[in-house]
Amino acid sequence: MRTEYLIPIDKFCASHDIEISFISSLQESGLIEITTIKESAFIEVDQLQKLEKFVRLYYELDINLEGIETVNYLLQHINVLQDEITILKNKLRIYETEF
Amino acid sequence: MDFVDYYKLLGLDKTATSKDIKSAYRKLARKYHPDLNPNDKNAKKKFQEINEANEVLSDPEKRKKYDQYGKDWQHSEQFEKQQQYQQQSANSRKTAYSGSQSGDDFSDFFESMFGRAAGAGHGRQVKYRGEDYTAELQLDLTDAYKTHKRTLTINNRKIRITIPAGIENGQTIKIAGIGGKGINGGPDGDLYITFSIANHPGFKRLGNDLFTTVDLDLYKAVLGGEITIETLSGKVKLKVKPETQNGSKIKLKNKGFPVYKNEGQYGDLYVTYLIKIPTNLTEKQRALFNQLSELQINK
Repeated sequence: MRTEYLIPIDKFCASHDIEISFISSLQESGLIEITTIKESAFIEVDQLQKLEKFVRLYYELDINLEGIETVNYLLQHINVLQDEITILKNKLRIYETEF
Repeated sequence: MDFVDYYKLLGLDKTATSKDIKSAYRKLARKYHPDLNPNDKNAKKKFQEINEANEVLSDPEKRKKYDQYGKDWQHSEQFEKQQQYQQQSANSRKTAYSGSQSGDDFSDFFESMFGRAAGAGHGRQVKYRGEDYTAELQLDLTDAYKTHKRTLTINNRKIRITIPAGIENGQTIKIAGIGGKGINGGPDGDLYITFSIANHPGFKRLGNDLFTTVDLDLYKAVLGGEITIETLSGKVKLKVKPETQNGSKIKLKNKGFPVYKNEGQYGDLYVTYLIKIPTNLTEKQRALFNQLSELQINK
């Protein structure tokens, strides 16, 4: 049942024309999680979008693994700050608008 | 359609070598790539422009044609070999980055000069996830108060979505698989809807709490009594304590805004009393107020 939501790493790599070692490096850096079932490696569908982003950064923008780690951290930080801005903007609306 | 100066877009002049083009493109792609600029429409547009410029200038055949006809391409024999050219280029290796892969990522200028097929879908058969779409939806505070369904038209496709009660102003929700079509069998992109909730004339919202101001006549404020106020869930009767002060605040528990995705849970409603001083007093009223005033002085 669980395998319905998993994508085999080798298929992903073949489809994207990339090396399996790159996926292993991402896993070692803690950027993605790999599930192993009966000696086969899989990636969860939920992580697909994130993985494809890392593939683009590495293969298309020539950003190395350390760079990807930094970019990933900063993008997460931007997300947190954007959420905070939204909350603060909503608070500000209370004082800016008159009944 | 306007002429697009691809050299200018990449910050190059016409003598630029293929190495210069690659270097300039890579530098700008790192700056404007959608993966590095989430939710930034300007960066996305800029990236599409530089992608298009690179698509042309990094391909010797296309560059030659662009250099030859350039600004005056409309007066050239631009379509004479277009079909033949498209067939030739269909097998060339893809050089453009894949941050945006849909066919409409190229300008009218590009498509008129090189054809739509020349810009999209050729090269290595890599599966790409479709483009994510973003949309903004405006709601009233009363709409956001209740879980309701809405029908939206996204790229001529009608979709029906459920908007959970308690959605925040500026909050974005993801509708999976409603974005652009995947390339070469890749999965479809997602739709991101950001909600813009208009201010309400009677209520202000802070998180799950609501704030309102209620007029209270002087007599009820002094002597106490009962009033009926409007809340977003209907009318509510309130007991006013004697000697209620102007600006005093009371809390009505669970009469605020619904908590997002927590059915049955609500914030609180804070009511601020604004005491109205009577005007156009009659002689009798004025006399009675004078009496009260004297009583106060002699107290």
